[in-house]
Amino acid sequence: MTRLYLPADSVARAVGADTVAVALASEARKRNLPLDLHHTSSRGLYWLEPLLEVDSPQGRLGFGPMTEADVPGLFDALQNDPSSHPLALGLVDELPYLKTQQRLIFSRAGITQPLSLDDYRAHGGFAGLTRAIAIGGEETATAVFDSGLRGRGGAAFPAGIKWRTVRGTQAPQKYVVCNADEGDSGTFADRMLMEGDPYLLIEGMAIAGITVGASLGCIYIRSEYPQAVSTLREAINIARSAGYLGVDVGGSGLSFDLQVRVGAGAYICGEETALLDSLEGKRGLVRAKPPIPALKGLFGQPTLVHNVLTLASVPLILAKGAQFYRDYGMGRSTGTMPFQLAGNIRHGGLVERAFGLTLRELVEGYGGGTASGRTVKAAQVGGPLGAWVPPSQFDTPLDYEAFAAIGAMLGHGGVVVADDTLDMAHMARFALQFCAEESCGKCTPCRIGSTRGVEVIDRILAAPDQNARDQQAIILRDLCDTLQFGSLCALGGMTAYPVASALKHFPADFGLHTLEAEQ
Amino acid sequence: MPDQMSILPMVNSLLERHKGSPGALLPILHEIQEGLGYIPDAAIPDIAHALNQSQAEVRGVISFYHDFRTAPPARHILRLCRAESCQSRGAEQLAAQLRERLQLDDHGSSIDGNISLRPVYCLGACACSPALELDGKVYARLSAERLDALLDACREDAR
Repeated sequence: MTRLYLPADSVARAVGADTVAVALASEARKRNLPLDLHHTSSRGLYWLEPLLEVDSPQGRLGFGPMTEADVPGLFDALQNDPSSHPLALGLVDELPYLKTQQRLIFSRAGITQPLSLDDYRAHGGFAGLTRAIAIGGEETATAVFDSGLRGRGGAAFPAGIKWRTVRGTQAPQKYVVCNADEGDSGTFADRMLMEGDPYLLIEGMAIAGITVGASLGCIYIRSEYPQAVSTLREAINIARSAGYLGVDVGGSGLSFDLQVRVGAGAYICGEETALLDSLEGKRGLVRAKPPIPALKGLFGQPTLVHNVLTLASVPLILAKGAQFYRDYGMGRSTGTMPFQLAGNIRHGGLVERAFGLTLRELVEGYGGGTASGRTVKAAQVGGPLGAWVPPSQFDTPLDYEAFAAIGAMLGHGGVVVADDTLDMAHMARFALQFCAEESCGKCTPCRIGSTRGVEVIDRILAAPDQNARDQQAIILRDLCDTLQFGSLCALGGMTAYPVASALKHFPADFGLHTLEAEQ
Repeated sequence: MPDQMSILPMVNSLLERHKGSPGALLPILHEIQEGLGYIPDAAIPDIAHALNQSQAEVRGVISFYHDFRTAPPARHILRLCRAESCQSRGAEQLAAQLRERLQLDDHGSSIDGNISLRPVYCLGACACSPALELDGKVYARLSAERLDALLDACREDAR
């Protein structure tokens, strides 16, 4: 029988991929056919999951979203005319959603088996590490610098500067730390990558380690991602046995090894200094900067801290060159960004494109509007600390600077779409409540301001008249300023974004007149 | 509660394994909870001693992180995602359904020890919201009917 492919991705499984796999096996048994089923990563076309793919002379044919009830019909169709199946999608590579993407980081998504080293190598794996070893540390750091790569966790700091800083600092022990505490609602690219292409992250970290002179690396994964934890642990062992980690990384003579650490449900540990405290076995308290982690990080040693996607961009930059990478993107936002479409969206999934496409292209083009079929009210870009962007601003290009200019941020590239039934006053209150719940408590604006903010919104909503509401709205805007400019880290600092944007663009939800709210 | 002292040999062998490695407290707590279902009070002096920390420091870490429990868990743990993406797809209605049907608040546990509710903020299933995690397994594209069916299965299990 022809080869079949089904994702082992945790979310594909959460919508029934395992059940489909069982049904495939039992149907094959019933028909006395051998079953050749490969468990791959997910393409990231989540509205089609579970997406079953079948080899054909032209390429892989897609069928989805599959349920177990569709399996017998599929076997019939495969023996006659595959395109006759009601869930037939045609060639997967030709689906417009996928075909128009520029998949650099996610080039293997849905194609390879996550733990197969052969698959990884057959699709360009370890070319970056080989190149980095050949050209040496100085040139590798220069390539990262020249690529213009910026941190993908949210702060968008130029990666090359961090690499040079850590590389140039002498210390008995240096570290590379991967921030895989992807806690932002609406984001799942880190999860997809760790579950689906773990060797890419390992390769990126190995390049980082031998370049900056760190012999130890650590991946801090949130506990909500158990499959990412087990996949990476297994991948690390396989990579070590194959000589890509350990005392002689890829024949370079340099030593670098990796371990996985698991978080424990604290959102604040996605902040890099809180994450370092957590790795040290402490409460995840935010540290004041300076000193920056590149000079004094984990256990006080120079530490290169990067998000999953930043490190996963590195192998390609080395393999294809800084110029190749720079040619994607706009302005100071070079390369591609895996945007994540989520929430009330018809075609939710991963869209990797060069920076510069508009939010409208993403939400209306790829996303196809809301899943509910109602009007789009707003999209929250960049996670729970990102602004709610109204459709009137959807023509803003997805670029770090362009988003900053409208009082928003790209963050980690998550986009949560909401229809007109979502109450923005409630969402603003939720943002402050979440901040109160997750605050580490070190700085006053965040620890106390968040609680006061919830109270102020409650007073706005309970106010007896317009005048009282306006008075409270002034206090709320003031409080947002205090949070934004007085907090130690982005949790308090950026909780102001969803609150202030909701207040600005959707005053009616707070019972406020538009005019007062815009003052 | 079972005799807490009986867990000490397990805790001590685990501490022996970890105590040389820097920053070992979180992995230690995770392992104890994985093995026993929670972190018993009786284990704390030994953990503190092994890591050369005060008991207050260890307790401070346990209470800081949402994941760590200091009492045995219910038979089933249901964590409904309450973050923005799931809220935009009706998570609040599902939360109300849970409260109504189980007569528990968002953090409640049933008196018979069958089920505990916990909110969670993002399971990474945002393209298939709303989602929940029941006993470690994620379910996405939830509907009211599907949630009822999952609860029925938990109840059946309790009999």
